[in-house]
Amino acid sequence: MEEKVITQNFHLKNYFKMDVYLKHDGYQAVKKALKKMKPEQIMDEVKKANLRGRGGAGFPAGVKWGFVPQDVPKPKYLCVNADEGEPGTFKDRYIMSHNPHLLIEGIIITSFCVGIRQAYIYIRGEYEAIAQRLEQAISEAYEKGFLGKNILDTGHDLDIIIHRGAGAYICGEETALLESLEGKRGHPRLKPPFPASIGLFNCPTVINNVETISNIPAIILKGAEWFCKLGLPKDGGTRIFGVSGMVKKPGIYELPLGTSLKDIIYKHAGGMKPGKKLKAVVPGGMSAPILKADEISIKMDFDSLVNAHSMLGSAAIIVIDKDTPIIDVLKAVAKFYSHESCGQCTPCRIGTSWINKIVKRIVEGKGKKEDINNIERLADNILGKTLCPLGDAAAMPISSIVGKFREELESYVSGKQNDKKM
Amino acid sequence: MSPEFSDQAKKKIREVISRYPKKEAALLPLLHIAQQEFGHISTESEKVLAEMLEIKPIRVREAVTFYTMLNRRPIGKYHIQVCSNLSCSILGAETLIDYLKKKIKIEIGETTPDGKFTLSTVECLGNCEEAPCMQVNFDYNGNLDKKKIDSILNSLK
Ligand SMILES: Cc1cc2nc3c(=O)[nH]c(=O)nc-3n(C[C@H](O)[C@H](O)[C@H](O)COP(=O)(O)O)c2cc1C
Ligand code: SF4
Ligand code: FES
Repeated sequence: MEEKVITQNFHLKNYFKMDVYLKHDGYQAVKKALKKMKPEQIMDEVKKANLRGRGGAGFPAGVKWGFVPQDVPKPKYLCVNADEGEPGTFKDRYIMSHNPHLLIEGIIITSFCVGIRQAYIYIRGEYEAIAQRLEQAISEAYEKGFLGKNILDTGHDLDIIIHRGAGAYICGEETALLESLEGKRGHPRLKPPFPASIGLFNCPTVINNVETISNIPAIILKGAEWFCKLGLPKDGGTRIFGVSGMVKKPGIYELPLGTSLKDIIYKHAGGMKPGKKLKAVVPGGMSAPILKADEISIKMDFDSLVNAHSMLGSAAIIVIDKDTPIIDVLKAVAKFYSHESCGQCTPCRIGTSWINKIVKRIVEGKGKKEDINNIERLADNILGKTLCPLGDAAAMPISSIVGKFREELESYVSGKQNDKKM
Repeated sequence: MSPEFSDQAKKKIREVISRYPKKEAALLPLLHIAQQEFGHISTESEKVLAEMLEIKPIRVREAVTFYTMLNRRPIGKYHIQVCSNLSCSILGAETLIDYLKKKIKIEIGETTPDGKFTLSTVECLGNCEEAPCMQVNFDYNGNLDKKKIDSILNSLK
């Protein structure tokens, strides 16, 4: 059995409760970090672990923490990104519902390391039940003295506050998240300045994904070297792959970085549902360019996917079968981004809604020959021309679908394609 | 008429506002509380919240019109929100949406005349391993088929 970092105890009954968690080495990492280590040592260890951000962009966590200026008098904040809006992604939900104390431990250690006394968990509004479970776990942690004033007699204080979103994918983008937390519309900010120096309430702010932070306790307990060895030299540890779509066993699978996509689909997720054949795979959440069935021997790590002109993103794998018309996939993608564009920049606002209109027309059987080229042209005119990465996140998968399935798409606008099954 | 929060909600509001270094940051949590109390966010509620947070009512309106979970109009007792994103649509969400429309005899975005159901489609609910799925108010229902939808609808009184 492969070694795990986050999910190894998910099967234990009531593991989300403090007493059970404590029986299985719970809060040992916090004790070690706060009592036996200096903040600089923790940061070094996390840097050495090559822990790359699990939210999408894959930025090394330790390096990000290092950008926070330590010589300013302002308070510093941690924002844990639990917005989980990337279509296909559900891993953070599992972490928070099955292992909330691991996340809390990670938050305590991160805050101690960076000198933070207030942490916010920004959780998507739909996860109401999960937010309640987190509240429960947080109050248990206060009771045990792991949160609040003078934690474990170290002089370190920390409060954790849960902040629920209200239905907006863009609020997962880190600067939109900050705006939303401040009580405004989730409109992304121009960078620089980066949140590390000017973030929440204009103060230095660290923003990390739930899974990123949940890796910290194991790095503290078992060391950076152990963590690196689990994964790849430049990409340490495991990923929690969320597999959905036309597979026999959809669900989460925590596996070493670098596991092949083929193994994940066929060995772990049980392969295709009976009678279904593989057509394409979205390898890292909807924003990731699509892969065709013959491209799945790829290794699942940040660099391998970039080399294949896609991305690991949130490690959400959506498996598409041959009975699903590619126009349906394009429709879901186009509808999503036109709905979620915040509207601040013209190429993104107009481009996504225009593409969506064209795709709808094609679905209704009223497509024209030039539509396919127009979709491609519009996507090209979004790419690289917007304020935040949502524009690219829309353009890239759309271009890849058009590029890789042009023939099938053309069959919908040439009158040849009336039968939905390809 | 200005909406009157319950004592419990008032207490919660005071506590929530104290969590933030700036009052206005409590806007989203307060909107959640208001929606829970009154079912939707009326213009009057917007004014009350603006006063509590010492901001202009237009700032509240800006937020209410931005976030899709916030309703500006009354909705049904049960808000049925069916996911129409990719993993769910691969597994037949569209057929189920059509089935629901016929069954409760309304279109997407409408509320039944008796005020019992509102039907919406939503983007990915983060529950794709149980696709196709829907949320009824805050309850998740996954691995849906027509039979399961029937039994869920029957259980909603
Ligand atoms: C449109 C958009 C949506 C995003 N949604 C999420 C999200 O739901 N959760 C998340 O952790 N990161 C999301 N991100 C990435 C964040 O901006 C940010 O990079 C991340 O939270 C940083 O944490 P990490 O370094 O630990 O990955 C999103 C980015 C964009 C552009
Ligand atoms: S790229 Fe799109 S989502 Fe991002 S700021 Fe511009 S309009 Fe908003
Ligand atoms: S696609 Fe329906 S829950 Fe994710």
